[in-house]
Amino acid sequence: MATVTKNEAITRTEWVERRGLALEQPVIRVEDVHKYYDLGENKVHALRGVSVEIAGGEFVAIMGASGSGKSTFMNLLGCLDKPSSGRYLLEGTDVSQLDKKALAAIRNRKLGFVFQGFNLLSRTTALENVELPTLYARLPKEERLQRARESLELVGLGDRMEHFPSQLSGGQQQRVAIARALVNRPSILLADEPTGNLDSRTSVEIMQIFQTLNEGGLTLVLVTHEPDIARFAKRTIVFRDGKIRRDELVKDRPRAAEMLKTLPRAED
Amino acid sequence: MDLISILRIAMRALSRNKMRSALTMLGIIIGVGAVIAMVGVGQGASKQVQDQISAMGSNMLFVSSGTVNRGGLRLGWGQTKTLVYDDMKAIVQQAPAVKEAAPGSATTAQVVFGSDNWFTNVQGTEPQYFDIRSWPMQEGVSFTASDVTSAADVAVIGATVRQNLFGAEDAIGQTVRISKLPFKVVGVLSAKGQSAAMGQDQDDVIFVPITTLQKKLTGEPWLRYIVVSAVSKDATYAAQQEITGLLRDRHRIRQGQDDDFMVRNLADVAQLADQSSRVMTMLLASIAGVSLIVGGIGIMNIMLVSVTERTREIGVRMAIGATEEDVQRQFLIEAVVLSLMGGAAGIFFGVGSSLIISKLLGWAVLVSPLAIVAAVIFSAGVGVFFGFYPARKAARLDPIEALRFE
Repeated sequence: MATVTKNEAITRTEWVERRGLALEQPVIRVEDVHKYYDLGENKVHALRGVSVEIAGGEFVAIMGASGSGKSTFMNLLGCLDKPSSGRYLLEGTDVSQLDKKALAAIRNRKLGFVFQGFNLLSRTTALENVELPTLYARLPKEERLQRARESLELVGLGDRMEHFPSQLSGGQQQRVAIARALVNRPSILLADEPTGNLDSRTSVEIMQIFQTLNEGGLTLVLVTHEPDIARFAKRTIVFRDGKIRRDELVKDRPRAAEMLKTLPRAED
Repeated sequence: MDLISILRIAMRALSRNKMRSALTMLGIIIGVGAVIAMVGVGQGASKQVQDQISAMGSNMLFVSSGTVNRGGLRLGWGQTKTLVYDDMKAIVQQAPAVKEAAPGSATTAQVVFGSDNWFTNVQGTEPQYFDIRSWPMQEGVSFTASDVTSAADVAVIGATVRQNLFGAEDAIGQTVRISKLPFKVVGVLSAKGQSAAMGQDQDDVIFVPITTLQKKLTGEPWLRYIVVSAVSKDATYAAQQEITGLLRDRHRIRQGQDDDFMVRNLADVAQLADQSSRVMTMLLASIAGVSLIVGGIGIMNIMLVSVTERTREIGVRMAIGATEEDVQRQFLIEAVVLSLMGGAAGIFFGVGSSLIISKLLGWAVLVSPLAIVAAVIFSAGVGVFFGFYPARKAARLDPIEALRFE
């Protein structure tokens, strides 16, 4: 199982407590999944039989050229889409046949999303942005605020809670987005090109947060086309033509925290 | 999601485009304002008609001499010579539903005072006439029963006549000439305004004792009309029946023959006038209602634009766990907030313009609480109705497509 050592023992305990025995089985289990898109005349076969297992505490980078099926796969993992055939078990539950409402609830509680374009609501403070998923989870007000604050502190933005996205740098905005993804304490964090809009130093900063979260026991799945970014993960899965071409563990994985020391600080 | 959070989100979304929200609301503001003002004007008019009729005496009946058929030529009402003073006496004595009655006859004459003269209506009657019509004196007193007995040359003049002959001068005690005969003015009637039923100026009139009119001015021994008051408002119909029976009997009209007189019940006239002003109110309100619908279409239009603009936001909300119902509710509430705020502003606009209209027309404009409540409910309804389609559209978005939307 994932590393239980290191310094984030408290967070780790929390995860174990919450998920109990579920930790022992794969968090994600995809069995021979196909996905077709019917675009009138021509059928697009986006996924052609994908099977994969991702255990709790893994940190997976998904790579592949555009049109390789990696985005489709991400949408399936994120319960934004359903497979045309095959099964997708999330923490042992088959989610491929659930209705829209149930899928929304899973996205809300079990999954956290981080996007390339941050996708924060403008003219809405960082705190309120982070609070949003707890609103849809219908948590009581005090708990919503408490969780949102904790979440922002976790990504190091405890002093920026009342800032609007326009008052934050790209890296800070992405950290708000990560805090938002974490606020409902999901089992998995899904990140779609999270560093695509960021410079190299800020990208490494984001990867540092991901590595820390992963060490705390959070399962992470990250889509990227940058090999430099994928190196920070523990495992890479490469898609091509709707199939998994390579699935391997990362050797000589760099520690983002160490790398940051060597990188020059940004001018601002 | 709790209501306060939903409202806060809606307010924030609307305040993002303040100008646009304000312009969208304008449609509802005008619609609600117009409904309130028009209903106010209509009800004010209705109230005025009611007041005039009750000032005329709501339990009053009017008996006029009838029409005759002379070899196929039918003359108008007031042409027969069969209605006489004894008929009036009989009505008072024999009809139990009748309280009082006063005879009436009329002519027109040139009235002269000093260098001023005025062509007006001269009515002959008895003093109880003013009670029956609940028409008090503004100045002086009415002529008396003994003036009637002695056929005295005294007159009570209407406000219009007073204005035209005397202007600012004192009228009481002055002598006017009616068809060259001198009459002493003893009283001036308070102004009654136009009659509700006919639109005539009721104040353009001079009253003299009936005996004086009959003997010195017209020479006609018969009556043109009799005004009657019933014992109560509810007794007017019974009084009408009794008078009709009594007069047919007295005039020896056989069964199957037409009456040579006519009894009009002012309650009927009042009802008719009320009905017509009610129809008018409905008409005005429905025209104003159309603008409310136009305002609603404006809301729908803007909400559709807003849904398109915020496609990405909708995608994000769905990705982090908003259900279709959540998204639909959010947009629906935005539309309702928009229309309710418009409705609230519309109430001020409506009440304000009602006040201005009443100032301009010198006319009581009634702002009814019912119209305000109805306007608020209706504007919320407009929000729900016209907000539903855009909200549905937002809720039906595919989150993947929505997230990809640029």
